[in-house]
Amino acid sequence: MAIEVQNIVKKFGAFAALDGVDLKVADGELVALLGPSGSGKTTLLRIIAGLDWPDSGSVKFDGEDALSRGAGERHVGFVFQHYALFRHMTVFENVAFGLRVQPRAIRKDEATIRARVKELLDLVQLDWLATRYPSQLSGGQRQRIALARALAIEPRILLLDEPFGALDAKVRKELRKWLRSLHEEIHVTSIFVTHDQEEALEVANRVVVMDKGKIEQIGTPGDVYDNPATAFVHSFIGESIMLPVDVRDGRVELDGRALDIDPGDVASGASKLFVRRHDMQVGPAGSGTLQGTVKHVRSFGPIQRADIALAAQHGDTLVEIDAPRDNPLSPGDVIGLKPRRFRIFAAEA
Amino acid sequence: MSATTAAGRRSTLPGFGLTMGLTLAWLSLIVLIPLAGLFLKTFELSLEQFWTIITSRRTLNALKTSFGLALLAAVVNLVMGMVIVWTLVRYRFPGRRVFDAIVDIPFALPTAVAGVALTSLFAQKGWLGAPLAELGIKVAFTPVGIFVAMVFIGIPFVVRTVQPVLIDLDVEIEEAAASLGAGRWNIVYRVILPSLIPAMLTGFALAFARAVGEYGSVIFIAGNLPNISEIAPLLIVIRLSEFRYADATAIAVVMLLASFAIIFIINRLQRWAQTRAPAS
Repeated sequence: MAIEVQNIVKKFGAFAALDGVDLKVADGELVALLGPSGSGKTTLLRIIAGLDWPDSGSVKFDGEDALSRGAGERHVGFVFQHYALFRHMTVFENVAFGLRVQPRAIRKDEATIRARVKELLDLVQLDWLATRYPSQLSGGQRQRIALARALAIEPRILLLDEPFGALDAKVRKELRKWLRSLHEEIHVTSIFVTHDQEEALEVANRVVVMDKGKIEQIGTPGDVYDNPATAFVHSFIGESIMLPVDVRDGRVELDGRALDIDPGDVASGASKLFVRRHDMQVGPAGSGTLQGTVKHVRSFGPIQRADIALAAQHGDTLVEIDAPRDNPLSPGDVIGLKPRRFRIFAAEA
Repeated sequence: MSATTAAGRRSTLPGFGLTMGLTLAWLSLIVLIPLAGLFLKTFELSLEQFWTIITSRRTLNALKTSFGLALLAAVVNLVMGMVIVWTLVRYRFPGRRVFDAIVDIPFALPTAVAGVALTSLFAQKGWLGAPLAELGIKVAFTPVGIFVAMVFIGIPFVVRTVQPVLIDLDVEIEEAAASLGAGRWNIVYRVILPSLIPAMLTGFALAFARAVGEYGSVIFIAGNLPNISEIAPLLIVIRLSEFRYADATAIAVVMLLASFAIIFIINRLQRWAQTRAPAS
């Protein structure tokens, strides 16, 4: 089912949680809403689910207005960060809940319900836990049961709010992969909220980056990483070196010294230069556009990570770079640096 | 002070010996020894005498009045208490805190004051008594009056035990149920009530226990006609004033055992509700 969100505004008092959000999700997509806390991503998800209502704007499922329908009538599966399982019910009854509360006219008979629950528990690979209570399960198991419960109603859309946020790193990684393969299997249009960029980039087909109630960029994981649309996206996704620069008459100046790089079509004025850590090319002293002294080096795997003090007028600026290990650096070395790839954004007023 | 448990292992929570000793000593002093005295006094009676006393028409009627009306009052308090709790917890309205405070009044008011107030209110010429009398309903000086007094003193128990549990109930649980297609009724019946049942049973048991033992407010409004509107605690006091101490303790022992049995059953129910999921 395709989702179309148009010009959604939602205010909590004076605070605008969502400030004119437009989003289209195609049928069968797996989309991540990525942003820091307070960016409005969860609010957007709850509005799509029917758990919150916007002050203005529209939400359409396959062109049909969704806002006129309550949460229960939207056929949306919702998975909560803290699972929200029914504590007084067994795993089996939790999963069966959505089937048992259907209107009598369309409610399935007991045997069908049992078969369906069994099928779902098999899908999440937890059929052996059917008679347990939620308090007897681990976090990862609970979240998989919550997912099975949401899938029981055969939702047209699956919404997940920080689904792995409460789990430890290892389980989170496993469940990420598992969610990805589950989506390939059942192919239901899915949106999940996360503040973890790695999670978003690894799991989603498309990533929606949000900040302060607005969408900053929508794109494939490769897109948002390689071609960040705004300074926020560049600094939020992936590790970046940020240097405050001035763009003047087609030249880029750092501390009043011109850098040998092309500002492109960035307007004159205070700007920010962003370089990925691994996009800083290391050369001998005097080469490149930036000079610095190596302060500290950690080597692991294929790279060495070095803290470099850039020589500048007003004290040193410390930046962190990743360099290949074929040319070992050691503290005290004076080196030249040249950004291989970089982006310049106008600094916000 | 040894930091070991009964099993003899080192415990991370020291002080078991001391606290357990204090608990036992205190409970014995305050509860068990007086109750033992009660039983001891009763043993002055032969079994036959005991049986005659507790099966006398007046005693049986008094017990029936006390327990029957207390149960009824507890049921009414449970239902109305739940409505009040729901309103106080789930809605925001002006004066909510005032209403919340009003709930505690029956806790704090001297019961005799409550009794006098209720009596004058429900007396044949009282504000409520007069219109009710026209409808042919007599409240003061009848068992209905006892029931009214028991409802009055029992209401805070249900409200105060269920309120914190309802406040703690995660809204997400209800949202989850709603997004799964459950209507309001199904959410209340299948999700909210099962979570509240243990607290509801506790509130019910407390309201019931209080109503069974209630004396001060009831005797003013009851009229205290033997066999009709005489409660068991009053009968005990009457027997005491007649210096028939053994008679008094015999009735007290029956009340004690009956109360204990009922509260024990409610406790078991509560356990059962906590550990077992209700059948779907």
